[in-house]
This record gives sequence, C-alpha cells and structure tokens, in this order.
Amino acid sequence: MTDQGIGARVLRKEDKRFITGKGKYTDDIVQPNQAYAAFVRSPHAHANVKSIDASAAEAMEGVEAVLNGHQLTGDGIGNIICGWGITSKDGSPMNMGAWSALATDKVRYVGDAVAVVIADSKAQAQAAAEAVMVEYEVLPATSNVLASMKEGAPQIHENAPGNLIFDWEIGNKDETDAALASAHHTTTMDITNNRLSPNPMEPRSAVATFDESEDHYTLYTTSQNPHVARLVLSAFYNVAPEHKLRVIAPDVGGGFGAKIYIYPEEIVCLWASMKTNRSVKWTSTRSEAFLTDAHGRDHVSTATMGFDADNNIVGFKVNTKANLGAYMSLFSSSVPTYLYATLLSGQYNIANVYCDVQTYYTNTVPVDAYRGAGRPEAAYLIERMIETAARELGVDPGELRRQNFVREFPHQTPVIMAYDSGDFAGNLDQAKAAADVAGFPARKEEAAKRGKLRGLGYSNYIEACGIAPSAAVGSLGAGVGLWESAEVRVNPVGTIEILTGSHSHGQGHETTFAQLVSERFDLPTDNIQIVHGDTDKVQFGMGTYGSRSGAVGMSAISKALDKVEAKVKKIAAHVLEASEDDIVIEGGEVKVKGTDKAMGWHEVGLSAYTAHNLPEGMEPGLKEGAFYDPTNFTFPAGCYICEVEVDPQTGVTEIVQFTASDDFGTIINPMIVEGQVHGGIAQGIGQAMMEHAVYDDDGQLLSGSYMDYCMPRADDVPNYTVSHHSTTCPGNPLGMKGCGEAGAIGSPPAVINAITDAIGNNNLSMPATPSRVWAALQQVSAAQAAE
Amino acid sequence: MTKVTMTVNGKARSAEVPDNTLLVDYIRENLRLTGTHVGCDTSQCGACVVHVNGQAVKACTMLAASAEGAEVTTIEGVAAGKDDLHPMQIAFKENHGLQCGFCTPGMIMTATDMVSRYKEAGKTLDEHAIREELEGNICRCTGYHNIVKAIADGASKMA
Repeated sequence: MTDQGIGARVLRKEDKRFITGKGKYTDDIVQPNQAYAAFVRSPHAHANVKSIDASAAEAMEGVEAVLNGHQLTGDGIGNIICGWGITSKDGSPMNMGAWSALATDKVRYVGDAVAVVIADSKAQAQAAAEAVMVEYEVLPATSNVLASMKEGAPQIHENAPGNLIFDWEIGNKDETDAALASAHHTTTMDITNNRLSPNPMEPRSAVATFDESEDHYTLYTTSQNPHVARLVLSAFYNVAPEHKLRVIAPDVGGGFGAKIYIYPEEIVCLWASMKTNRSVKWTSTRSEAFLTDAHGRDHVSTATMGFDADNNIVGFKVNTKANLGAYMSLFSSSVPTYLYATLLSGQYNIANVYCDVQTYYTNTVPVDAYRGAGRPEAAYLIERMIETAARELGVDPGELRRQNFVREFPHQTPVIMAYDSGDFAGNLDQAKAAADVAGFPARKEEAAKRGKLRGLGYSNYIEACGIAPSAAVGSLGAGVGLWESAEVRVNPVGTIEILTGSHSHGQGHETTFAQLVSERFDLPTDNIQIVHGDTDKVQFGMGTYGSRSGAVGMSAISKALDKVEAKVKKIAAHVLEASEDDIVIEGGEVKVKGTDKAMGWHEVGLSAYTAHNLPEGMEPGLKEGAFYDPTNFTFPAGCYICEVEVDPQTGVTEIVQFTASDDFGTIINPMIVEGQVHGGIAQGIGQAMMEHAVYDDDGQLLSGSYMDYCMPRADDVPNYTVSHHSTTCPGNPLGMKGCGEAGAIGSPPAVINAITDAIGNNNLSMPATPSRVWAALQQVSAAQAAE
Repeated sequence: MTKVTMTVNGKARSAEVPDNTLLVDYIRENLRLTGTHVGCDTSQCGACVVHVNGQAVKACTMLAASAEGAEVTTIEGVAAGKDDLHPMQIAFKENHGLQCGFCTPGMIMTATDMVSRYKEAGKTLDEHAIREELEGNICRCTGYHNIVKAIADGASKMA
C-alpha cells in the first residue's frame, strides 16, 4: 500500500475550504434575480383552515406573490409520500394520511405551512408572511401516543381510525410466550426512548431556479441524497420530469438523517420559482428547524426477557408504541419496524423473540430516521434489560452478556437478520481492559470518600448497516433499491475522478474514497478528485444514511476500479508486449513483473485516449462504471463502558470515563472513523442526559430553541477512549461494516446503566437530567427511611 | 437606511443598509463573506463569531450600525496572507477538529480569541478551560474531543 492507502491516517482533503471559510453551503449560493420565500405556519397543532386573506401582504413593498395550498394542489403538485409500505398483522396496508406541501383545509402540527410569501428580500418576505391573515377553527390535539390511542382522541386523519397507522409484528409469538412462561427468571420493564431534534448545525435551505426558456429546474438543497430527492420530486410530486430537474447538494453542514427527506419547503420553492419566474431561496431559521425538521425516536415500550436456571436467555418479548407525528415522512414507517425490531436479538443467542409495534399519528412534526434510526431504540431496550436482569440475578453484567453471546457465524436470529461476523467477547475484553473494570471497586471507594456516587455501565450493541440488499428490502416493503453506483474516470494525463452516488456532509468522503484509489493504483490522493452531490454530474445514486457509504458506496467504486485495472493491464500488456498476468501497478508506473519494462501511469491514460496503439477491438478511453448491490446488511458491533460520578446533593452527573471498543470491519482512515465515533457518542450522551423534544398536551413545542433544547456543549462531555477490535465483513469486497451511527446507538444504555448503578435506583428515564437523577435519589432515601 | 463604514479584514468597506441589519447579515449578504455562518436565532450556537476590535463577538447579536468605525476580522481574514493559514486553522486540520465544517469558522474565531485573552492575562489554557470557554459554540459532529485537542495544539503553535 501507499502511505495514503487503506489504514492510513490521511488528513482531510476537504478541510482547506472549511477552515478558510470557503465552504459552499446552500445558503451561500446567490442566483440572479433571486427572491426569498417565507412560510406562513400554523400556530395551532390541529385546526381547520377557514380562510386565508393575503390582500394586506400582497400590497406590501417587494412582495412578488402569496401562494397557498389550493393553488399548489390545483397545479397538480402531488402529496408527500412515505416510501416504505408496512403491512399490519391482519394483512391490511398502513393508513397513510394525505400530506400536501402547503396545507389546504386542515393543519395537523404547529409549523404546518399554509401559505408562502415570495418577496424581493428576506425581511420583506418575513414581514409580509406575518401580515397574511389565516382564520383557524382550532380542534383538540394530541401530542403523544398514549393520548392518540385513547378512546375519543382527536381524529387526525380520516383514513386512520383511532389514529392507528399500522399494527405490525415480527417473530414467533406463541413460542416466545411459552418460553417466557416456563422461564426460571423474567425481567420486565417499561422503557421510553425520548424524542429528539436532530439539529445538524447548518439549517435546511433551498434555492430553486426555473428556466422558462428550457423548461428546466435547478434546485440547490441541503440533502443527503440529491438523486433520491430528484426522483421523488419528479415521480411523486410532479414538480418536473427528471431530465428537466437538476438537484445539487453542495457542501452540507451535517445531516444525521434529518436531511434525507424531501420537505415541503423544497417542493414549494421549485413550484414558486415556476409561478413567479424568479429564483426562490428559503433558509430555515433554527426556530423553524425545531418545528419542521423530522424528529427522532419517541418510542414507548414494554419488554420481558426470560432466563433459564443457568442464566441463558430463553425469550424476549416486546411491545412498542411509536409516535410518527402528524404525517408519514419518507422512511418513517421503516424506523420502528425493520430498522428496529430486526435487531432485538442483540448480540445474544435467543431462540425466541417476538415484537409487535403500533404506530400512531399525533399533532407533532413527523418523526423519521435520526442517527441510528431504530437501532438505538433496540440497543437501548436490550442493553437496559440485560443489565437490569444481571442486577436481579445477582451476576456480573459483563459475564451475563458473555455467556449469552452469539459465537458462531453466520447466525440466523428469529427476527430476519443473519449476522455474518463478529467477536463480541473480543470487544468486551478489549473494552474491559481499556476501562480498567478490575480497578472500578477501588475507584468507587475513593469517590465515596469525596461524597460522590460512582457507577459503571455496559452496552454491547449491534446494528445493521450497509443499507441494504435491494431485493431483501423490496420484499419488506421498501419502494426503492438500496444499491450504489460509481464511475471512475482516468483522464488522459492520469489524474482520476471518482463519481459517486454517496453524499458527504461531514464524513470526509473526499479523503476516504481517494484513499481507496490510492491503495489500488499506488497514486497520491492529490491526483484523485471525488465528485458527488450533483444529479447532472453523477448518473444516479442512493445517497448517504444508514452507514452505507463505505460498505455500499465504496464497494461500487471498488467494482469500477476492478474494470479500470483490467483495462489498464490489457493496454500495458499490449504496449509492453507482455502477458496481462505479469503486469503490476506500483509507484506511479505500470510494469512488467521481474523486468525493467514499464510505462508511466499517465502514459497508459494517454494511450487509452490517443488510441494509436490499443489491443485489437478495444474501445478508446479509460472510464468505467459499476453498480453494487449488497448481498446482506453489515453488522457493526461493539462494547461501550461508561463510568460516572453523581453528586448526591444536586443530582449532577459527570461522565468520568467513556470507553469504546468497536468492530467496524476494515477501516480505511482511522482518524476519520474515530471522529465519527466521538461525534456519535456525544449525540448518545446528549440523548441519555440532556436532549428532549417536548410538546405540551396541546401540541405546542416547548423545546423550540437552543435555550430550551439542551445540546451537548464541550463542557458536558468527556474525552473518549476509542479502540477497535475488528472482524472482516465477508459480505462486501472491502470487508467494511460502517461506523457512522455506532456511537449514537451504543452509548445511551451505557450511560443510563452507569447512572442507575451509581444511584442504586433503576427507575430512571432519559434524559437523566440532574433533577431526574436527584428525584431518583430521593426515592432511594425515602425507601431506606421506610425500612 | 443607515450608512455603515468599517474596516473588514483590513479593507475599508461602506454601504447603505436598513437600520435593523445585523452585522452577520451585512458580512454575509452585502460583503459576500460567507465563511461566517448562521446556525441559530438565539445567539447560542456561535457559528457567526467574528472579531470586532480584537474581541470575539457573535455577529448575530450586533447591528451592522453598531460596528460603525470598527475593525472587523472574519474567518477569511485570520491568516497573515492570501496563501497562508493561521496556526489555529492548521491545528483544526491536523487534529481532525472538523467534520461538516459549518461550525468551524466560529470555532476558530473563538479559539484564537481565547488563546489571546489567556495569554494576555497570563493564565493557563488547559483542557478544562478550553471546554468552559467553548460554552458559546455548538458542534454536532465531532463530540468536541478533537476540537479541544486542536485548540490546545493551535495555542501552542500561536506561542
């Protein structure tokens, strides 16, 4: 390999523009004759729209147009879709309520847009939006699943009686019930997974331009998957046919799932550009982001885990009620089903698993995938359960896990997934050693002398990434295939462009992908350019989410590189009069093994394009493409150990040590992978201790700014000790598993297991704020006083 | 409308702007210096930090008119010359202190300010101090680990 190939800590190629302020984000883009959009949003969670009076707004200076939902639907703009169909237990399809990009007769959450103002300046648009008079008939609202499922609850969509979207199941109910009935010990818990606001730091933004002379649209947007955006905007929303719509996702400032979906604002900006014949720009304020970016999590579950007399897990049964918000967002239905319950076997060999899931509408912003998407909910459930069971059984929580680990691969779980590789005990051992678990009792004793309660918690997560085999997800209801595409262009001077359908919004693809090419052709990464995020440049792609860019996106690149390598060898063998089998590529040259015969790498490129001396029948040029469809999910896994100190006087918890041992398979750039783990752990700590998206009973968002929604700051989180113990993934050519979500999946249960260990009370929900921890400590004191 | 005149990254700049124009909007929209970002609307996130007369300021908390006559430095102006990088910029790259890059300009402007203040006061900028000083800057990508490392490294390079 080169010093810039696989496994090298190469500094990022993309950093220069970001550290100098030259990054190009959507809001930085200015089009000629650009106007600004401001949305008129419902202040009510649930209301009938009686009338909209735009006359005052229309008369204001700079206002180009005020447009409403009736005009939008009248122009044939289609309703927003959910792209994954889920079938209920009784065979019925899910109840998908209509979602227009601008509401027509009814609004269903605070922030639901009813009209848009297009004006010369942002300030003029905002002022005019406030002057649009909307008459509402306010209806009773519901903001959580327990309220939505009640008899007589407000009916949010006519075609979803009782607000039920679907009632789905997986696994074998009868066998699981029987296993639990005959279990020696059972642990039962009610577990809530708190609702979160994703909060990428760059707010969503869109700049739409309609070119009347060409009947063509261009959309700059903050998207994790510009091709999917174009497909959906075209095929379902009827904004423009695909060949007349270019979608560009330039530098995107974080996604975390929230920028997968195609939101009302992008549809409206495109349509309004056509209506007004001007470029239309909209950039979300942070307040709008809290109201309108799809939220994450929000599960309420009851679970029972059963053990035999030897502490082997014999059955696991879960019921989950999931809040999907006021409308079904693009992948919302897949999150609490196939991305969640299929992971409920965890790292453990459990013969019987059953889960049923009911999803409900509420008068809240839609809920969809947020970093981890279903897998954090599964990991939290399993890892809280097994830690609690260990305490009830009086055994070491690490050892209870160890004895139940899956040890042979492939391993078919009772809930679809077939784990292909892993060494769970190896990760446990590595993490235990790094965290010095053996020294914990002494540290606890020392902390007690300082008046602090010290606790330690484990989490052994597993997730499914590399999303996903197209035929498999198709059979489960997905509306799309989840392969990836790549194109490798070797230029006549030997430099290389890689066109990829993956999209980087912080992950460092420009560096990591270049390292893959550097490894293959022994070229410096400076000679390699990664092109992504533009539907006019890249043929098609499925984008970046579900930790798929490595395992799927890079596998596509690898396949295309195979083809380029084969052609390079053919050309060199022909020119150098040698056998293809004797050609090697190294040190910037293409050589005949064991001889001094060689061509420069650039000479091969030049030969391909001059085409003066190519093998008989060979086409000129050096450009190859590939599509890669994975054969299985990948299964990153690991062990996280969190150690905390709680101040019993205040309930303030400090994470004093956080240790991770991950199995991501092959790692291309350890520096970047460690960064992904750091960020994921911080988000998981945020969920565990700080973050909570809260609506009141009337559907008003109480956590609508950074003053109310507690984002982790630098002084809230520790340094992280990150290590790797990897097994190669047999499912893709590079052996990669994916690392983007692991931190956020694995860390919340480790944190809560540590805090509950410290305070001696298992009755603690996320986020474990100081007031909640303090209250839990008071329960302990009260119980002790009563004894 | 108000006429504002200030020095931005060493150049005299002047424009007529609406009275309520925020400094950040003046920098981004009028001067087209788009390295200064807007990540929130409550002055919490710090993506818009610039230096005004040598002090770190959230440019969303200040009117352009309030910066009348001021010396303003943005991320585009921290390096000594066109082809140079500031030691703190280098430190962010070398320590992988950024991922999506959106908070990065504000982080770097805050970092150089904290290093200067601590040096002037003769105080030690240790890890704990760096973390406390970053209270006004939010990053969603890095988990802060490498930002803290970068600032410590940048501080030593600025010495």
